Amino acid sequence: MSSLPTDRALLWLGALLYLAGFVAGLLTLARRSTTPAPRAVLNSLLVAGWIAQMAGLYVRGLATGGCPLGNTFELVQFVAWSAMVLYFFVGTAFRVSLLGLFTAGYAATLALISLLIPAWDATHGQKIFGSNPWIELHAALAVFSYGVFGLLALTSVMTLLQNWSLKHKRLNGLFWFLPSVVQLDQINTRMLALGVLLLTFSLAVGSVWWLRDTASVNLPKLVVTLGVWAVYLTVLLLRWRALLVSVRFAWVCLVMFLLALLSLGPVNSSRQHEVVLTPINR
Amino acid sequence: MEPTPSVLFLLGASHHTAPLAVREKLALDDARAAALATRLQQTPGISEFTLLNTCNRVELYGVAGGEESLAVLRAAFAETTGCAPAELDGVLHLRQHHDVVAHLFSVAAGLDSQIVGETEVLGQVKTAYDKALARQWTGPVLNRVFQKAFQAAKHIRSHTRIGEGQISVANVAVDLAGKIFGDLAPVNVLVVGAGDIGLKTVQAFQSRGAKAITVASRTLSKAEEAAASAGGWAASLSDLPDILATADIVACSTAAPGFVLTHEMVTAAMQRRARPLFLIDLALPRDIDPAAAAIANVFLYNLDDLAKIAEGNLAQREAEIARCRAILAERTAALWPQVAQSLARNS
Repeated sequence: MSSLPTDRALLWLGALLYLAGFVAGLLTLARRSTTPAPRAVLNSLLVAGWIAQMAGLYVRGLATGGCPLGNTFELVQFVAWSAMVLYFFVGTAFRVSLLGLFTAGYAATLALISLLIPAWDATHGQKIFGSNPWIELHAALAVFSYGVFGLLALTSVMTLLQNWSLKHKRLNGLFWFLPSVVQLDQINTRMLALGVLLLTFSLAVGSVWWLRDTASVNLPKLVVTLGVWAVYLTVLLLRWRALLVSVRFAWVCLVMFLLALLSLGPVNSSRQHEVVLTPINR
Repeated sequence: MEPTPSVLFLLGASHHTAPLAVREKLALDDARAAALATRLQQTPGISEFTLLNTCNRVELYGVAGGEESLAVLRAAFAETTGCAPAELDGVLHLRQHHDVVAHLFSVAAGLDSQIVGETEVLGQVKTAYDKALARQWTGPVLNRVFQKAFQAAKHIRSHTRIGEGQISVANVAVDLAGKIFGDLAPVNVLVVGAGDIGLKTVQAFQSRGAKAITVASRTLSKAEEAAASAGGWAASLSDLPDILATADIVACSTAAPGFVLTHEMVTAAMQRRARPLFLIDLALPRDIDPAAAAIANVFLYNLDDLAKIAEGNLAQREAEIARCRAILAERTAALWPQVAQSLARNS
């Protein structure tokens, strides 16, 4: 476990680079700069932070002998990492202004909170990976879908801000740079569909394993996981039928993600084995 | 006994003194404008006058035989508009002499507009003057003052940068549409009212790529004419409930005395659609029920809202505005002695 201090150092570096990106983005916005140089600075910081975070997770993965999703700290770090991966794709594909700033703030917040709460990293779950690649895929996809839902929550916040600014005729400052209502709605819908697809696939893979050994997953985890999936699927169907649109859709996506984050606790606790891996006080 | 000197005067209200709801009451439709003109013609001492009636101002420019002639004007205004005289206190402003020339120059040059630097007002001043000239309401004093105002406005437009940026209501509306829909190419634009403002709005949206344009008017032939010039479709006002369900942007600029789009119509339309609806009320009195703004996914902007957004760019043009004001002050000072001479001759 001698490499573990290094993994936390790398994860700290990643979190601080995300924070630096967020601050750089805010300063750019305050100066109302429209030149491409500040955006390049923001993206460089985010890429550097993402590489540092990935390196930290990799080192930790080597130490734990599998995908680092063994406790709340690792889950939250992975969710932040997933959101950044998605930003690199979504931001490029849709050219969504301000998404970089929001993602930087979001990833920095998650990463820093997880680093600042020692209890989240005090124990480590059973080594569930390595013995079965399908279970590893199931868990990685599930957490990655949380990353998608996290980014969906961010774009939902942007939707609510844009809607508020247009309704209240406050179009100065930050609001002027927000993407259009229609563009945000399209991104939200696609992000929701992607998240549901990933989670469905993850659950399908997991269910095959579960049917072989129903005792391997406890009831709270089963109920919470299926509950999150069912609610997200229902939201997608309602959006598809145009029964849930605009502000209500954005609110539901935001609240759902907060509930999904809370669900990480029961999901994670289902496989706690009190294996102390990381000396926190350093 | 010395003759009473004639007075060049201006009595009216504008967006500076009257909010939108009051301007709606003061707005003069053709019948009321004709009634006021008749009243003025019958008023002893009023030798010349012109009525300027736009969305942002109702102003009466004229030459009176003396101060006492001015006293009856306020009453005539109140009577024609149906407002109580007390209601007009603080709303109507009276200017005289040199101030009138300075104000008209400022109005014609767009410096007194809600969106400073806009050019539509010059056309409106010209129309008002042409109408007065054709009906022989004007005389040597107003003819000279108005002609010089047009010259000054043209000078400002061609020798300063006051017209740069998004300074027309239509352009501000198009910018806002971009904040709601992003790309305007696939949006359906419905313009209600086939007048000048409606057509300018159509042009502004077309310049940003909007292709599907429908023009609706009370008179179908007018809508067809406007739609033909815009390359769009025509509709009558009775089709509005159906078109509303498919339109993304609705710009209203009719002269209707009541609401053309009611809260109920907008609610019904929103139940049949998932996309946002951008309502632009360019009319005075207003065409769209303000209560529609509370409906989810509906964004309603009226003239005052659009002007306030345009004011956001005002700081950037302040130096240019100061330069324009200096030019107009110089021209006013040069013209005033001649006008004063004419007024003296008039007496």
